[in-house]
Amino acid sequence: MEIIVLLKQVPATESLIRIDDDGASIKTDDIKWVVNPYDEFAVEEALRIKEAHGGSVTIVSVGPEKASEAIRTALAMGADKGVLITDPGVSDFDSLIVSRILAGALKEIPFDLIIAGHRSVDKDNSQVGPATAELLNIPHISMVIKQDITDSKIRCHKTVEGGTVVLEMSLPALITTQRGLNEPRYASLPGIMKAKKKPIDVKTIMDSGFDGDPIGESMVKTIVMKPPRERKDGIMIKGDSNLAKAAELVRILHEEAKVL
Amino acid sequence: MAQDVLAIAEQTNGVFRKVTYEVLSESRRIADSLDCDLTALVMGSNMENVSKELGQYGADNIIVAENPALYEHVADAYTNVIADFVIKEAPAVVVIGATTHGKDVSARLAARLNAPLAMDCVAIRFDEKGLIASRQMYGGKVLTDVLLEGSPQIIALRPNAMAIANVERASSIEKVDVNVGKTNVQFIEKRLDTTKVELTEADSIVTGGRGMGGADFSLIEALAKLLDGAVGASRSAVDEGWRPSSDQVGQTGKVVSPNLYIACGVSGAIQHLAGMSSSKVIVAINKDPDAPIFSKADYGIEGDLFEILPLIIEEVKKIKGEN
Repeated sequence: MEIIVLLKQVPATESLIRIDDDGASIKTDDIKWVVNPYDEFAVEEALRIKEAHGGSVTIVSVGPEKASEAIRTALAMGADKGVLITDPGVSDFDSLIVSRILAGALKEIPFDLIIAGHRSVDKDNSQVGPATAELLNIPHISMVIKQDITDSKIRCHKTVEGGTVVLEMSLPALITTQRGLNEPRYASLPGIMKAKKKPIDVKTIMDSGFDGDPIGESMVKTIVMKPPRERKDGIMIKGDSNLAKAAELVRILHEEAKVL
Repeated sequence: MAQDVLAIAEQTNGVFRKVTYEVLSESRRIADSLDCDLTALVMGSNMENVSKELGQYGADNIIVAENPALYEHVADAYTNVIADFVIKEAPAVVVIGATTHGKDVSARLAARLNAPLAMDCVAIRFDEKGLIASRQMYGGKVLTDVLLEGSPQIIALRPNAMAIANVERASSIEKVDVNVGKTNVQFIEKRLDTTKVELTEADSIVTGGRGMGGADFSLIEALAKLLDGAVGASRSAVDEGWRPSSDQVGQTGKVVSPNLYIACGVSGAIQHLAGMSSSKVIVAINKDPDAPIFSKADYGIEGDLFEILPLIIEEVKKIKGEN
């Protein structure tokens, strides 16, 4: 079973995000960079499938050179090798360009299964997994919380609004992960030592198998970034008793905010 | 319908989801800005009768694409049908709900048509450059305006973010039997709890955090039920095993925008705040007066949630009794 994990390095979710002076990007100087949390589920699931069925796990990432740290983390968890496709303009690429780069690279790497996070917690696009599957002309199932592989078929439980759906498809195929799929392992000390010797193949877009020259313009262009709407100073409900506070809150929600 | 607006309706078990009316209403506003017609595309099995009502939400034309294979949400079958329709009819804008299914289909559609897609949009406007979509990034820590260059422009709308408007149109309705083409994903079964209000579609959400102190969420559930709302949980509450991960609100859970969000015993970690900051009215109940959640709340009560929630429940019952 040859398994590919699509992985992205993102700001940690506890990071404060500040908008840069250009108004269209974020300040990156004091951000802690981590493996996208949904991609950690992907690495873990890939390792479990490898442990059950044999084969190898290859991490593929499109990102800045710094993203090799995230690939190294996945190698320390137990993945076998990494491929980093890098370009100076990579942070401005829209999801479809990233998907085209990944699809190009994956035409040159044999695989049975691709696993990706269902979204990255930076741009929150939820596009790269399904779009890459589409460009590779393979089926996908998204937001998977359980999977079973038998006889080159994969059966998946996926979360949907209000419950779960069970779907099945033939390999090769792509799945995206949802919280609940597994509990990612921590990299062990021997794992970290071993990861230092594992190969990461760093490529430019043009030598990664990309079939387009030039890359083309992103069709989704960022015009401006803004902080979310500021709330007016909140009101602390005062009262002599809990009953008085509860009654006042409900009165306000009913009569003033009109949400009850 | 060349250069018109195409709205994609979504049904579950033959019933339109609420997001369908939001998609129709926003599509009507877009069509009015572009001065063009709005076509609604319904896909499913035996949907012709229920589809007539979409004329009340601004559709000029309603196309009902019938095939038993479209009863269930299978992304590749839906992508095939929509892509064929878009190639034939060449709409300028395609609008879809950014549900689990809508995200799958829109991402595949954009890749197949080499078209720009703005995912999970919370607002749409027009300026001299054209259509501008606003969408949250970093789980709601940033609001980004994006311009879509290319055709058709595909807009996936976040559920619960757009107002529903009744606009009566004399709609034509046309049923077409469609071929779903080659599909590689097979539907096996589904387990839906139709009694439970989905977090992303709920008008009210009551969330419990670490301050709940255990898996007993009965007070949270009681208030949520009274409000016809949904129960949410912070990451701590999910990590503790008190609630299923499908209840989690936050940057690594669900991003929600209800009318009323009541956070009980939630401290307000930045990744949680990101997931609920677009709620219209936020209430926080917490013992700790310095809890960060109060900085995001419209109304706060400092105190013990186990004492205050039962009192709130009684007060809400009084109001509900009046109506």
